[in-house]
Amino acid sequence: MNNNDLPRWATAFVLPVLNLLSAMLVAALVIYLLGESPSESLGILVNSAILNPEGLSYTLFYASTFIFTGLSVSIAMQAGLFNIGSEGQMYIGGLGLTLAMLAFDSSLPGWALIPVAIGGAALFGGLWALLPGYLQAKRGSHIVVTTIMFNFIAASLMNFIIVKYLIPAGQESTSSRAFADIGAMPRLNTWFPILGETPLNVSFLLAIVALAIYGVMVWRSSWGFKLRATGLNQHAAHYAGIRISKMIITVMLISGALAGLGSVNSIMGSTHYLSMNFVGGAGFVGIAIALMGRQHPVGIFLSAVLFGALIQGGFDLSLEKPNIPTETFIFIQGLIILFCGAMENFYAPAISAMLKRRKG
Amino acid sequence: MNNHPMQPAVEFRNISKHFGAVKANTDVNFTIAKGSIHGLVGENGAGKSTLMSILYGYYKADGGEILLDGHVQPIRNSQEAIRLGIGMVHQHFMLVENMTVLDNVMLGSEGGFKLSAHRAATEAKLREICTRYKLDVDPLATIHDLSVGAQQRVEILKQIYRSANILILDEPTAVLTAQETASLFEILRLFKDQGKTIVLITHKLQEILDITDTVTVMRGGRVIGAVPTAGTTKEELANMMVGRPIENNLPRAPYNPGAPVLHVESLQLQDDQQVKLLRDIGFTLRAGEIVAIAGVSGNGQSELMEILSGMRLPTSGKIAFLGKDLPYGKGHDADGLPRTFRELGIAHIPEDRLRNGVVKNFSVMHNTILGYQDKLKNRWGLFNFKAIAARCADLMKTFDVRPANGDLRIGLLSGGNQQKVVIAREVLAQPKLMLVGQPTRGVDIGTIESIHKQLLALRDSGVAILLVSVELEEVRALADRILVMCGGVITGELKIEEFDTTRIGLLMGGMHKS
Repeated sequence: MNNNDLPRWATAFVLPVLNLLSAMLVAALVIYLLGESPSESLGILVNSAILNPEGLSYTLFYASTFIFTGLSVSIAMQAGLFNIGSEGQMYIGGLGLTLAMLAFDSSLPGWALIPVAIGGAALFGGLWALLPGYLQAKRGSHIVVTTIMFNFIAASLMNFIIVKYLIPAGQESTSSRAFADIGAMPRLNTWFPILGETPLNVSFLLAIVALAIYGVMVWRSSWGFKLRATGLNQHAAHYAGIRISKMIITVMLISGALAGLGSVNSIMGSTHYLSMNFVGGAGFVGIAIALMGRQHPVGIFLSAVLFGALIQGGFDLSLEKPNIPTETFIFIQGLIILFCGAMENFYAPAISAMLKRRKG
Repeated sequence: MNNHPMQPAVEFRNISKHFGAVKANTDVNFTIAKGSIHGLVGENGAGKSTLMSILYGYYKADGGEILLDGHVQPIRNSQEAIRLGIGMVHQHFMLVENMTVLDNVMLGSEGGFKLSAHRAATEAKLREICTRYKLDVDPLATIHDLSVGAQQRVEILKQIYRSANILILDEPTAVLTAQETASLFEILRLFKDQGKTIVLITHKLQEILDITDTVTVMRGGRVIGAVPTAGTTKEELANMMVGRPIENNLPRAPYNPGAPVLHVESLQLQDDQQVKLLRDIGFTLRAGEIVAIAGVSGNGQSELMEILSGMRLPTSGKIAFLGKDLPYGKGHDADGLPRTFRELGIAHIPEDRLRNGVVKNFSVMHNTILGYQDKLKNRWGLFNFKAIAARCADLMKTFDVRPANGDLRIGLLSGGNQQKVVIAREVLAQPKLMLVGQPTRGVDIGTIESIHKQLLALRDSGVAILLVSVELEEVRALADRILVMCGGVITGELKIEEFDTTRIGLLMGGMHKS
């Protein structure tokens, strides 16, 4: 069964919602088995992640990072490339950001320092994806294999760099020194006090801008046309004169840069220093977001907010319900990936049959 | 047939089959006489394949019944069809390439745990069948060593071994040379003499006249008529298929070739394993002429077209376009080269439409700019979709693309309409040289006519056209000159006045020196 038979409203809206509901249903069952009330838990979750302004602010803070990693995975997917390496690319992007900060935070003014650091994050993330892209384009080494290996290499490399070079003398935690205050991303509570003492910052606005640029580039530009043609039918793309190896290398560079930009929110928006394993799975969440959001800007946004809400709400939930451990979030995330990714078209035959019956 | 006076082997009664809103078969009624060769003709989408799939147990009919030997017989799956003596030879062979003929025949009827004993018995039986039906096949040969014609004989052998009494052949001659076709027909006649029944699905009307006893014509899922072959003509059958008269000889301007557009000299191509795919290809193509390359598919024509369109690099040789060498460059792959060639004025209608010519999941509109995407962007690199949509609407009107909805995914259009979009796109580029591969493959008769008209108009306007076709009818209808290829070599050249099926068939088989 092919979901191409279905009208667009069904694939874009009904299928994701059904998949999401299925994941939630299984999650509810597990919460029930843990001895808690699913409906009450959902109430807590929604209240602390969406309804409460401070909670919503946290949700959007997490979502800011996820939008970038989701975009990273999505844009590569448009070219038919499954970039599993956003995790490592964001990690290395964080290094680029930190090096820029450590080098310039005492010499440059804030208006110059922040863009330079953002540039460092994008540059390092992009370069980390460049080699897998090159190997795929010129040598046919599968991008899934190379990017997943690059995640491990990134983790080891960062271990080494942080421990050997970045920990200031006399500090116990495995992280770099804190940056100067002028290097902090302006927080949105400066303008909207209702958000409370939360780290939601300008990165969120940058993420929205990135979504818009992504949408225009992919669907309205000649470059995006070539990108999608490459992803949908490489033979036709070759016939059309598209330089496929250049396209693959370029899109991986952009994908890596987007993943690298994910570190801006995490580091400059919150911690203000580089710490070990700060990515914490955001790159992998990006895969789920790209799958669930169907690589569409609105879909990516909604999925990113959903995952942000799950983290925020899940954290509060585990505080209030001792039977529900914090790991429940990872479990629900897994369910969403299962239903929205692996079983993406699970309900397609049923919907297709239903539509056929109605048409007679 | 005289031995079995109109005893029905198969009778279709009111067979109907719907796929959603598409009515593939509506009230199909006709009878296939025992011991006869029954032709089944119709355009693509006429419902022939659906009907045969119902007979072979692939589909379940929504209504109606099938009678075998006069008894109502439900056929629930293809195993049951095989048990009832129905055999099908598909257009695309169902053979395991790296197994022997014997193993392929045994596949699915291994006959128990001990393979060797059964294998010996099967081999003996196969040899016996080969002698009886004059099938020239070595049971111990490996499939990939066999020619296409021989592979088809293996398929037939398989059916006889499974004691098929009713043999369905779906477009069996599409991949055969004239000689191979003749020998296939010999086998079918022998088959018929043994009292077996044959259903021949084909779109080649000459073959219907050559070999069948009765012919059923389908159009739009219905039976339009069933007539004895003896009393009908090609024109009558074509009219029934299309529902209107078909022009046989399309008008064209007198042959008056201009300056050379393409000049190829000692072109060679080797693949990675040093296998020679093209050897010493040389020819000249002039403005305002159609040169057709005839040949059985897989004899180097596709590779030649790929090289000329920039999709593939030649190993060596000289190719001049409008007096200048084509810029193959020093790179080791042809990545991006088709764009350069297109800008020089070379357009290409690729033979494998779905693989190269279109992006199936793009809309019709997006497909109308494929290959020309960078010509239609503004200085920001963005498309003006209003202009592109207008251009697409125009194009669909001029080239009669149906349905005329540019937002539809092109995969939803019929093969003929997809092809019209590709042709329109390439014609609109106003090329100097048009490379055309199999322009009417999988396209129905009515559309073939309109495609042929367009190509002739292009020729009359002074474009040089290189046509690759495996259909001799098409070559005859379009070409000014004919090159025949076999085994990567040009085996002969004919003027259109010298057109001779037998001679071309011999050249296609590589028999140019004897």
